[in-house]
Amino acid sequence: MAADTPMKERRRQVLALAGGSAVLSLLPPGAVQAQMPTAPPPLGSGYALLVPKATQGAPVRAGRVTVDAPALADNGHSVPVRIVVQSAMRPDDHVRSITLLSDRNPRPVIVKAWLGLRAGRAELSTRVRLNGTQRLLALAEMSDGSWWSGQADVVVTESACLDGS
Amino acid sequence: MLAAVMAAVLASAGCTAGDADGARAIAPQARPQPLQQGSAFMPPSLRAMQADELENPGMLWVARGSKLWQQAEGTDVRSCASCHGAVQSMRGAATRYPQVDRASGRLLNLEARIMQCRVERQKAPPLAWESEPLLALGAYVAFQSQGLPMRPSVEGAARPFFERGRERYHLRVGQMNLSCSQCHDASWGRQLGPETISQGHGTGYPVYRLEWQGAGSLQRRLRSCLSGVRAEMFPYGAEEHLELELYLAWRAEGLALEAPGVRR
Amino acid sequence: MVARVRVPDTVKRGEPFDVRIAIQHVMETGYRFDNAGRTIAKNVIHTLVARYDGIEVYRAELGSGIAANPYLQFWITAPASGMLELSWVDDAGVAGRERVPVTVRD
Repeated sequence: MAADTPMKERRRQVLALAGGSAVLSLLPPGAVQAQMPTAPPPLGSGYALLVPKATQGAPVRAGRVTVDAPALADNGHSVPVRIVVQSAMRPDDHVRSITLLSDRNPRPVIVKAWLGLRAGRAELSTRVRLNGTQRLLALAEMSDGSWWSGQADVVVTESACLDGS
Repeated sequence: MLAAVMAAVLASAGCTAGDADGARAIAPQARPQPLQQGSAFMPPSLRAMQADELENPGMLWVARGSKLWQQAEGTDVRSCASCHGAVQSMRGAATRYPQVDRASGRLLNLEARIMQCRVERQKAPPLAWESEPLLALGAYVAFQSQGLPMRPSVEGAARPFFERGRERYHLRVGQMNLSCSQCHDASWGRQLGPETISQGHGTGYPVYRLEWQGAGSLQRRLRSCLSGVRAEMFPYGAEEHLELELYLAWRAEGLALEAPGVRR
Repeated sequence: MVARVRVPDTVKRGEPFDVRIAIQHVMETGYRFDNAGRTIAKNVIHTLVARYDGIEVYRAELGSGIAANPYLQFWITAPASGMLELSWVDDAGVAGRERVPVTVRD
């Protein structure tokens, strides 16, 4: 499964960092603070493997797809997202499908919609669950077989109180 | 991290008047000025979600409640409608809760009243606290009073409950040793993590809370506040909660009910 | 399943209009545990289909990444007044359906 491979990549990164920190412990205290590894994996780093699976190897171009999402989510359980694809939606030129991906959620495909010629406008709004700060990626497959993409970064924080109710 | 934030709130929202950092000192009887409902402390995105009748998930509970209203239950085979007629007869009802039940002398909130009706008048099996049908009926009835000002009575039989509720509101509890007043009187409008502290009125209940991924009652929210200050939560139906709800309703007098609300 | 659907009061022939639906469903992810530590089984609405006078005009595959009590807004066109039917089904096989008439004006 493609989902395994990103985990392998992350383990490699963590191990590399761990190895690095073992070396860092020999350095003077001041140096450690400056180089302590705290950064999470770069935004969208999982898409290199997720996207080819979604498009079955077809190339993807950035453009024509807009992902509207809040820069800062009120709550990760419910984040409003709107995907808009530029298309005249004509018989000879329309959007076949829209896919919303997450490279940080446990299941990478959040939603996939199939539009017909009766779709009229290639636009979809919904509310999604986000497993932490991440980059959302939306793919649009066109009637000519081409694929286009758009993205949005969303910061997700927890709510202030842990709720035991 | 949260402990550090809480400690800062504690230090700045102390019992003494006129703190240097600007925290408001508050007399026990006073109410926040100006009085503002919970949605005023929500970001625009959540206010919009609450205002849109399709985006507001609480309206799904209202919709379910409207079906339950018509559903005949119990050995007497009665629905809410059998006695109350059209739900419009409930207009204003939610603004007068919690209230003292004349027959038993108990303090009832809206949910408790619905539970009582179901058992005593519909002769139907009881609905559990926080159960889905109870939340749906509560949402449906409260929705009929949307926009109407809170008008609970704290006189007569209600007085002792009100006094105890007011006392509890100002009581420091939990590992964090905080009272409701310290956040909701002295620190409303300030940030606690990513949240803006509200005045804690509870006029948006039953509420759809994103954190719960569902609807819930004011009682549930009070329990979660207790949990938040690391105090022991009382069981559902405890008089401690109901007295506090009565005090909150009095404190919110004049504020428009905005159920079903949407909160984080 | 409780659901609410909204379409505009009237729509123009052949012009896109928005369909909005809210469904009461827990969209259980399968990643949560009950108080006894047992996994709560995954149960999400996985397919939603829109048909206009019987013809499929829109289809969506949802997953656990969709928020509880799912809300969807999408766009379709109508050649004439007719009946829009939205139907959906979850992992447990429980299905829901809402039908709403669409009035087309020129």
